Amino acid sequence: MSIAIQITYLISSIFFIYGIKKLSSPKTARKGNLYSATGMLLAIVVTLLDQNVLTYEWIIIGGVIGSLIGAVLALKIKMTGMPQMVGLLNGFGGGASLLVALSEYYKITYAMPLNTGVAILLSLLIGSVTFTGSLIAFGKLQGIVTGKVVHYPGQHLINVLLFIFVIGAGVYLLMNPANVTLILIITGVSLVLGILLVLPIGGADMPVAVSLLNSYSGLAAATTGFILENNVLIIAGALVGASGIILTLIMCRGMNRSLMNVVLGGWANAGATDGASGEGDGPKGDVKSVDAEELAMILEVASNVIIVPGYGMAVAQAQHAVRELMLALEDKDINVRFAVHPVAGRMPGHMNVLLAEANVPYDKLFALEDINNDFANTDVAIVIGANDVVNPAARNDKSSPIYGMPILNVDYAKTVVINKRSLNPGYAGIANELFFGDNSLMFFGDAKDAIGKLTSEIKNL
Amino acid sequence: MDVTNFLMLVYVFVLAIFVGFELITKVPPTLHTPLMSGSNAISGITIVGALLSAGAEEFTISTILGLIAVIFAMINVVGGYLVTDRMLKMFKKR
Repeated sequence: MSIAIQITYLISSIFFIYGIKKLSSPKTARKGNLYSATGMLLAIVVTLLDQNVLTYEWIIIGGVIGSLIGAVLALKIKMTGMPQMVGLLNGFGGGASLLVALSEYYKITYAMPLNTGVAILLSLLIGSVTFTGSLIAFGKLQGIVTGKVVHYPGQHLINVLLFIFVIGAGVYLLMNPANVTLILIITGVSLVLGILLVLPIGGADMPVAVSLLNSYSGLAAATTGFILENNVLIIAGALVGASGIILTLIMCRGMNRSLMNVVLGGWANAGATDGASGEGDGPKGDVKSVDAEELAMILEVASNVIIVPGYGMAVAQAQHAVRELMLALEDKDINVRFAVHPVAGRMPGHMNVLLAEANVPYDKLFALEDINNDFANTDVAIVIGANDVVNPAARNDKSSPIYGMPILNVDYAKTVVINKRSLNPGYAGIANELFFGDNSLMFFGDAKDAIGKLTSEIKNL
Repeated sequence: MDVTNFLMLVYVFVLAIFVGFELITKVPPTLHTPLMSGSNAISGITIVGALLSAGAEEFTISTILGLIAVIFAMINVVGGYLVTDRMLKMFKKR
């Protein structure tokens, strides 16, 4: 029996690996997710047959409650709320690891072997940090917790001290395994650490934070695997851990910042000082604005248009309006493409999901490195709710906090249209010289309304 | 757990990380959100540990913790796979 269970776990692992492999193309991705879910189902069913599982009533009740909550969340959430959703689910994964670790501790308190003890403590630490950290990330994305960068005196020192405390207390616990109070204190401190680590991170840095927490949730599952000596947990956890780390690095590269810098909340700090020094430092000049009617006439004579969506599009829920604009332009035989910056939005791939929801075909969406050279041959670039990711200061201004960050070169297009509600600087608090460019036109207004008006003007031509 | 056993687990962990890196680097940026929610659902594999904890015969603190873990892990698993499927359904070519 035990051998049959082990072999089934192996088959589960293969399903997970094969499922992720199928994610390499949008054509096969849905099937891949199904494979992965099948692997999970197999693992669950076979675990229920394990000789250590003796009572089923509570498991069934718990399983049904969890499934219902999960299903309701998954089916009710709006696509614009996806970053919060991922954050929240992450938290539950981390929470489950933390609870399993505690539960295992209570089972074997007096006879805890050293390596199991280490695994329990690691699982407890990583699971706790993932749990509260993800809840804070969820709160920030949902707007319950401030999206601003939070600074308080001695913040890094406090984190370091708490971390050292957890390690020290952990070592003590390994020598005195029966100290139940201590493990509860360790859990409590780890939970606080999760809050303190994510709280300082600003809203626009959330793609990094969410990716990192994703990685932690995988590592937490893997450490649970070390506790239970179960390979399927270790393999699945390692896959997720690797995935989260890769996304984290891609996001950091997209901002030209080190992971350390993001985690410590550094950039926005610099940005805030710049902003505070007043408008005197920012680029000056005349801003030309344009209304929907004029803009429609400019677009009418264009043959190539690139649309650059940003977080502003998500906030205004303008993705459907943007698709209408695409269709109207294509009706006039204008070639329309989308350029998506890696850190546009609040999580990796945020813009792609929103546009997919609005039925924009994915082969119209291009990553930065695939489209950046085409701006020079583009008649009109339309920036919708993006700011820092198109700021030429990242190329030109060595003193700018975002200098060196890869940006979409919209300013190379013959005409750049920037749809924004006002001239206010973006998240980083950095003035954007793009708005003052000779070929730049500001198209003020809420993205949904303004793009809607523009589309009807184009249709009227 | 003896040392050889433990080392075998470390082997599996390290090799799986390499497999993960190979696979994930091939996922196109357009699918990064579903990748995240899908891998999130995979991390719900902790359900295995939760079931083992919650299924014990006597009702102890350990079982109660396991039971809450079952609820948490199932939210993660069911929510993660469903929401990923919902997203992937939308990705269409012209």
